[in-house]
Order: sequence, then structure tokens, then C-alpha cells
Amino acid sequence: MLNYLLKRLGLAALVVMAVLLLLFSMLHMIPGNPAILALGTRATPEAIAAYSERMHLDEPVLTQFIFFLGNAVQGDLGNDVFSNRPVTAVIGERIGFTLALICTGMGWAVLLGVPLGCLAAVRPGTWIDRITGVFSVGMIAVPSFLVSIWALLLFSLHLRWLPAIGAGEPGDLSDQLSHLILPAFAIGLGWVGYLARMVRASMLEVMGEPYIRSARAFGLKPRRIVLGYALRVAILPTITLIGMGFGGLISSAVFAEIIFSRPGVGKMIFDAVSDRNFPIVQGGVLVATGFYILVVLFSDLLIAWLDPRVRASL
Amino acid sequence: MSVPPSDPVPAEALELRESASRERREKLSSFLSDWQAVAGLVLVVAFFASAIFAPWLAPYDPNAMDIPARMSGPSWDHIAGTDQLGRDTFSRILHGGRVALYIAAIGVSASLVVGLVLGMIAGYGPRWLDNLLLLLFDAVRSFPAVILALATVALTGPSLTVVLAIVIITTIPSYARVARTATMALRHTEFILAERSLGASTPRILFHHVMPNVIGPLLILAAMEVPVVVSIEAGLSFLGIGVLPPQASWGTILNEGYLVIRDTPWMVIAGGIPLILTTLGFTFLGEALRDLFDPRMGRGR
Repeated sequence: MLNYLLKRLGLAALVVMAVLLLLFSMLHMIPGNPAILALGTRATPEAIAAYSERMHLDEPVLTQFIFFLGNAVQGDLGNDVFSNRPVTAVIGERIGFTLALICTGMGWAVLLGVPLGCLAAVRPGTWIDRITGVFSVGMIAVPSFLVSIWALLLFSLHLRWLPAIGAGEPGDLSDQLSHLILPAFAIGLGWVGYLARMVRASMLEVMGEPYIRSARAFGLKPRRIVLGYALRVAILPTITLIGMGFGGLISSAVFAEIIFSRPGVGKMIFDAVSDRNFPIVQGGVLVATGFYILVVLFSDLLIAWLDPRVRASL
Repeated sequence: MSVPPSDPVPAEALELRESASRERREKLSSFLSDWQAVAGLVLVVAFFASAIFAPWLAPYDPNAMDIPARMSGPSWDHIAGTDQLGRDTFSRILHGGRVALYIAAIGVSASLVVGLVLGMIAGYGPRWLDNLLLLLFDAVRSFPAVILALATVALTGPSLTVVLAIVIITTIPSYARVARTATMALRHTEFILAERSLGASTPRILFHHVMPNVIGPLLILAAMEVPVVVSIEAGLSFLGIGVLPPQASWGTILNEGYLVIRDTPWMVIAGGIPLILTTLGFTFLGEALRDLFDPRMGRGR
């Protein structure tokens, strides 16, 4: 396990490096002075000089990259072009809204999707199986941003059940929760069907294995066989899927935050793009990808911990 | 050779050919008896037809304004209503389908070709190259598509080219991974070893012998990727970082509809329906094709 852990951590570190390199080289791949690009319309000669000084633009590119890397590792992602506050502080204010949204969205999808998949696998061919099947394909096909728009239209503007905009009054938990419901519903909806399908498919496969037959022959209760023996193995591909799927979930969250004007990291990046506030864009992108890499790493480690066969394969 | 040249086709070979064509007939009939497959096929054909013939099908010029009739709901004159400039939404949807088709066709085929080549190289080439390419795929996949698009647009400004580039870059790794796995499985088979011992060059082996065996699953994957690509285009255009107004695209219709969502619901309703029908069609078709050619991966019913 330790061996696997070290290899997997090394791989994640390499991927983070590659992401940093891509992010760094983006500014340099575009022809023109990176300082002018990054500062946009505010590029006064003094601002350009200060930025060049800060980013060591007069040094060779490799040296610049090392400085960039060193700053990033120390948690210095530069300053907001407008308020001149550190990017990390700005992100710190926003990230809670995004994490709450992503966790709630994935959470309700798992709580509904996994039991649905189990039920469908235990009773194949019944109405619950068929409804799950059609529902899951249908939901996967609908882009989440469209779910967000239509949910906003139906539940906020037409029925007026839930608020349309913002994240609620700070400190007022019930208000914040009511602002969380619609975006979390929108980003999780596609996942319910996806998870149900995945769990159903791997459950059906596992239920045919000899060790399940042995468990039956020993006279174990069906509930115990399904939950204690089959699901434990059948959930593994689903965990990988959830880990990988966080990338899509982050994309959905960006849309949901923009559509519902929720002040999270996605909305922050989007606004920074229109304002050409490049340090914020860079920092936000780094945080989003870093978070995704961490989730995938965590899901891989979880699987290796649950399934000894995986440890040997890397 | 012990077989005399005048020998007719052996009976077993005939039987084999017979059973292959029987199998093909059975596959076709099982495809046609699956309502999801037929629905998928119909929707996909409708998508292609409406996009290609949009200029002839559209009742109005997609950019013709009619301010007095602005933001009207569905009526006999405008079956999907009009937008805030009085443009006919149905005509704009038809023309928007052309953008979706354009992105889907170019995006999917480009990433399929690049992914195929990179995947075969990774699967057949030396170990270090494989590891390097895998690392590259992992790095690219660590960017959620929208995040990568936002980062790019911050530098280049919005355009259709950016959308295409994002679509191609973010979908290459999935093709490459499938091609890589399939190539690795083939690498030590006898016919490839035989080619190598005959002195065939690596490109010849890859393009003449490996590729025909790898391309099948990739084409099915391509059908499944079309909804992803169409959604990315619509999503980026919705954010205003893809297709630029006044050009009609499903995403820009949704974007303009979102801006006036408190005044009229019809634009976001009408703009979303073709998007759903298209993604549903390709998903159904892709699943049916996969069930047909790779039953092991299928829905297992």
C-alpha cells in the first residue's frame, strides 16, 4: 500500500507540474508582451514595469517559470489587478460557496442514484429497473446548464418557490440553504441516472460471481449479501467514476454559479475573464484543477485501499 | 501447398460466410426492434437534415429584425416565438444547428484522428513515450472543459476557433486511451509479430494492421462524444465566449433568452429543445451501436 501511495502521489505531483507549465506557457504562447496581455487596458508604463519586475519578465523563460513555480508553491498567486489584494485571499472568500454547491450536488445524486442502481440490479426487468434505465439515459443527455436555466425558469420565476439569485444572507443558514437547493439540484440531476446505471451494471456482474452463490448457499440474508458483499465490490468502478466525474461537476458548477449569480470560484473566474483580471483567472484555474487532481487522487487511493488487486497494477 | 489450385471454395469457408451474413442480418433486425436505437437514428437524421437544409427550411432570414413583433410567444407566424429584436427563433434554431453540426463534424473527426494516432503511438511505442503521453493526457484532463475555455478566452478573446480548439483538446484523451488499450492488446498477437519479423516498418504496421482493428470502438466513442461536443459549444456560446452575436447558435439563443428570462420564457424553452433532442439522439444511437458491436459493454438486458 505504501509503495502504491508513493507512486500515485508522485504521479499527481507530476500532473500538477504539467498543469502549472501549461498555465505558465499560456501567457507566453500568445505573441506580444505578457505584461500588456495580463494587464489589458490598464497597462500604463508604470504598471508594465511593476508587473515585469514582479514576474521577472526580463529573465530567461526558464528562470521565470522557476520563480512562478516557487511563488505558487509558497501560496503566492499574485494580486488582484483592481483591489491589489492577494489572489489567495479573494479565492478563500469564494471557495466555500463552490465546495458547498459541489458537495451537495454530488451528495444527493449519490444518496439517490446508488440505491436506485441496487434496486434495479436486484429486480432486473421490473418497472423500477425500466424507469431507472430510461430516466438515466435521458438525464445524462441533458446538459446541466440547461437544467439550471429551466430550473430557474420553473421553480424561481414561474412557481416562485425558491430564490433565483445569490447565495443568501451571510449568517442566515436557512436562507443560504434555500439558495443552495436549485443549483445543487441542477448539477446533480444528470448524476443520479449516471450513478444508477453504473451501479446497476457492476452489481449485475458481481451478483453472478461464484462467491455470491456461496454466500447464498450458506443461507445469508439477501439484504446482507447485497449490501455487505456485492455492493462492496460493485461500488469500486463507481468510485472511480465519481472521482473522474468531478471535472464535469466543476464545469457544471461554473455554469450554475453564473446562472444563479452565486459568488463562488466559477463566477469569480468568469467575471475576471470579462474584466481581463488575469491573476484572478490564473489563480482560479489553478485552484479548480488542483481540486480536481486531489479528488481523483483521493478516489484512486480509496480504491487501492478497498481493493488489493489495484495496488499491484501500478 | 497440398491444396490443388482447382479446388473449389471449401465447404467450411462457405458455411462461415453464410453464418457471418446471418449474424449481420440478426444484428440489423435486433437494432431495428430496439425503440431507443430507432429513435436515436431518427433524431440524428433529423439533426443532419435540418442543419444542412436550414437555409431552405427556415421561414425567415435568421437575422431579419421585426421590432414591433419582439419577444412574442409561439404563434402561426412564428412557431417558436421571436427574440428581443423580433427575429424568428425557429429560423435561428435551424441556422444554429449548422454551427452545432460544423463544430461536431470538425471537432469529432479531428480529435478522433489525433487521438487515434497518439493512442497507437502510446500503445505501440517505447515505454517512456507511453508514460510521457499518459502524463500529458492526465494533465489535459485535469482541466475541466469550461475552466480551460475560460483561461484561453482570457488571453485570446472569444471566437469559434477557440471553441473548436477546446473541443478538440479536451476530447483527444478519451480517444487516445481507447486506442492505446486496444493497440497494447494487439501488440503481441501473432499477425503483428509476423509482420515485424517480415521487416514491416512501424508506420506500416500501425496504419495497415493495427488501425483497422482499433477504429471500430473509436467510431462508437465518436458517436457518444457528439453530445459532449455539441453541449460544450452551446455552453460556451451561452457564456458569451463562443459563437458571437449576431450569428445564431443554440448557445447564443439561450444566452439572449437568459437575459430576457423575466420577460419571456419562450426563448430559453425553444433554444433548449433542439439541444436536448440532438444529445438524446446521439446518445441513444451510440448506445445501440455499442450494444451491437460490443455486447460485453452494453446495457446487459
